[in-house]
Amino acid sequence: MSYLARLEAESMHIIREAVAQAENPVMLYSVGKDSTVILHLARKAFFPAPLPFPLLHVDTTWKFKEMIKFRDVVATDPDLRLIVHINPECVRLNINPFDHGSSMHTDLWKTEGLKQALDEGAFDLAFGGARRDEEKSRAKERIFSFRTSKHVWDPKNQRPELWNIYNARHAAGESIRVFPLSNWTELDVWQYLLAEDIPVVPLYFAKPRPVVMRQGMQIMVDDDRMKLLPGEVVETKMVRFRTLGCYPLTGAVESEATDLSMILAEMFTSRSSERQGRMIDHDQAGSMEKKKVEGYF
Amino acid sequence: MRSSNLPPNNPVSQFIKAQQEKDLLRFIVCGSVDDGKSSMIGRLLYDSKQIFDDQLASLANDSLQHGTQGEAIDFALLTDGLQAEREQGITIDVAYRFFATDKRAFIVADAPGHEQYTRNMVTGASTAEMAVVLIDARKGVLTQTRRHSLLVDLLGIKNIIVAINKIDLIDYSQEVFDAISQQYLEFAETLHFENIHFVPICALTGENLTLPSTNTPWYAGPRLIEIAETVAVGTQDLSAAFRMSVQSVSRPNSDFRGYMGTIASGAINVGDLIRVNPSGMETRVKAFADFDGPRHSAIAGESVCLVLEDEIDISRGDLLSSIVDPALVSDHVEVHLVWLAEEAMIPQRSYLLKIGSKEVRAHIDRLKYRIDINSNEHVSAVTLGLNDIGICNISTVTPIGLDPYDLNRSTGAFVLIDRITNRTVGAGMIRHSLRRSENVQWQELTVGREQRELMNEQKGFVVWLTGLSGSGKSTIANALEVMLHQRKIRTFVLDGDNVRHGLNADLGFTETDRAENIRRVAEVAKLFVDAGMVTIVSFISPFEAERALAREIVGDSDFFEVFVDAPMVVVEKRDTKGLYAKARAGLLPNFTGVDSPYEIPTNPNLRVESSVSSVVECLDQIVAELVRKSFL
Repeated sequence: MSYLARLEAESMHIIREAVAQAENPVMLYSVGKDSTVILHLARKAFFPAPLPFPLLHVDTTWKFKEMIKFRDVVATDPDLRLIVHINPECVRLNINPFDHGSSMHTDLWKTEGLKQALDEGAFDLAFGGARRDEEKSRAKERIFSFRTSKHVWDPKNQRPELWNIYNARHAAGESIRVFPLSNWTELDVWQYLLAEDIPVVPLYFAKPRPVVMRQGMQIMVDDDRMKLLPGEVVETKMVRFRTLGCYPLTGAVESEATDLSMILAEMFTSRSSERQGRMIDHDQAGSMEKKKVEGYF
Repeated sequence: MRSSNLPPNNPVSQFIKAQQEKDLLRFIVCGSVDDGKSSMIGRLLYDSKQIFDDQLASLANDSLQHGTQGEAIDFALLTDGLQAEREQGITIDVAYRFFATDKRAFIVADAPGHEQYTRNMVTGASTAEMAVVLIDARKGVLTQTRRHSLLVDLLGIKNIIVAINKIDLIDYSQEVFDAISQQYLEFAETLHFENIHFVPICALTGENLTLPSTNTPWYAGPRLIEIAETVAVGTQDLSAAFRMSVQSVSRPNSDFRGYMGTIASGAINVGDLIRVNPSGMETRVKAFADFDGPRHSAIAGESVCLVLEDEIDISRGDLLSSIVDPALVSDHVEVHLVWLAEEAMIPQRSYLLKIGSKEVRAHIDRLKYRIDINSNEHVSAVTLGLNDIGICNISTVTPIGLDPYDLNRSTGAFVLIDRITNRTVGAGMIRHSLRRSENVQWQELTVGREQRELMNEQKGFVVWLTGLSGSGKSTIANALEVMLHQRKIRTFVLDGDNVRHGLNADLGFTETDRAENIRRVAEVAKLFVDAGMVTIVSFISPFEAERALAREIVGDSDFFEVFVDAPMVVVEKRDTKGLYAKARAGLLPNFTGVDSPYEIPTNPNLRVESSVSSVVECLDQIVAELVRKSFL
């Protein structure tokens, strides 16, 4: 078997094993490439049956417009059930990345929003798209990651995970997060999307887009909520995104890659990691680990 | 997977196609930071361009703050991912790293090497097909080298690279290299490795690791990375016997029934006969249900959905196997057990054993000995603590399909899960089946429980009273016996204090002894039930797991658990036997409620509050509930 085929088979095994042990599973769907791959793998895992769980999108209202459009097209599949959760508290307080900063914005919209949605749905198992190559604390997280009833991850007290035997047992109120792409790299994800001919959000492909240079990142002006600071100029540049989040917090890269094989060709020569374009990873030391402990994916 | 969708003649496509056709090797690197383990992994990642510029910049920044290499980049910081690890400068947990060369993709398990991290090394080795054992050329084969080699051998790894590192610090001396190699070979004779390669490397410069070296003209062998690129990947042995543990049964509609699973070994084709274990029923493969279209065969490692010819009873956890070379079926096995939890293993306690997708209750009925992982010697032991390895006999409540681990790393491996905390507490490898079901035949008695109950005109069952010392269990037990006796019901009381004077006089109050105490009493109670008696057991029985074990031994339908609930303050104040005072004075170690916990029963058949209700009221409640549940 080729290594992509082995990764695919391992992920299918993980997804099936998780569902078989869960009472009420759900799949986190963030519209990005990793979510897209997991959704595809889950369809394969349960074929010919439909997906035995709903998708959950924790919407921050600050996602790129094209992401929402893509999400809504995916949701037209009659075999899929999509739950969209918007943290009402954030709506009430008008939490946004400009006034409240990336850290508070992410914490309230995403982490708190996610916890609300998981509690409301009484989900005892949630799939996420995190990969171990993304970030150092993720490299040490289990594929089946136990969470307390408060959704807390305890990195120093993880369950040993051996062979391909996964323990998803938990008491009422506790839950398990499952990461079927743990052993995939960014390159694997792109290669798989290409090999399997899976559509992704067009934001991943280069196109002339209006961007502003802010804090060393190319931020796309996706709507009129983004106010220019003194000295900032909107320029139209040929850019694409390697990773997708809230648009004011996600940096674009200049690129000529307009399809998957061109993205791969760029990647083979790339010298920077994908999460460099994520402001939330860098806002404090060990920041991803801290977010994960608090319940972020 | 599908075959590639690329246009053929474009150079990018050809490159991508080559990427996609690579296979995958998982390996573990054993050694400590002192041996240069992190430098080695860092070097492999760096030379295969897996470290990006922003990570390198962040690394340079961290190296100045926490690093141990002065101005130079400290690769250890790249692999120590958790805040606590970076602050304390130690590796706590196993991490996985990813890189690829032109020939192969790799997943590296990076596990800390100290003795107290055996758990993590075992975890990393469980999925590895090759191990790199690092030796510091200045130090030679050390105790930890032996420990690491023993563990990878135990986990069934056959391909070993012994990387003799820091060869530059011994002036690239062939003599030293040869001496260390010889020393290692002598030690490894007792192990089961199939291929051992020795490579003189310098992890810092990459010599003989990723780059050739001009300093070792006497070494004509391949670089370490070249060995890793060519070592045989074991899962591809298609001549192995077919095995697949059923993950779940797919029934999207009444016309379709498919059995999902990952093929553990061998290959399977449409038309092949298979056997279902443990039931032993046989059928044929009718078809595959596959997202990517029709197919006629599948091989080890693939996740499939099988459609079978006959509608036979197959459920999650059943093991499908070839009929030519079928799996074993057993409820009693001898195993290597690695203990992974802080709480010691308790023989006789009921754990959940998970093998493939099968979960079954099991207990360790004999710990034969512990293995000293530094010397490979057998040490007598009554329990296993964190990181201990032992040889045990394990019994499961129902038979399971399995193979010895040395024949099949997938169907011979299992974990033990604590039934109360749900934590994974042990990892096991099956050595062989003891086939108890064939060895010990139960004596066929012609007069059975049914006959005795008919003659006695009553049903046998157990009333199990649990609660703190001084909660009133014995008083209630005696009063209950008197009341039943007056109704001409035959009874017997097993009281904690009395049994400890006789049957269990050899047992103390450690957790292990308490478990054995309960097991014996439960077995005795079961005999009384078989004799047709109403058996009243009055035991503190502080642990949920032991009460569950007692219920299991006696049988759920014959077991009535009463929680005699009295608050600690009340019983301590009452202190009828003066025991709490003694325990507080430190004269009675492991006394329940003082320095040993009492786990409140989560689901007793009945709870009586002996501090609030009178003895007569408690009795009324018990009898009423026994009548309602048709015990009386």
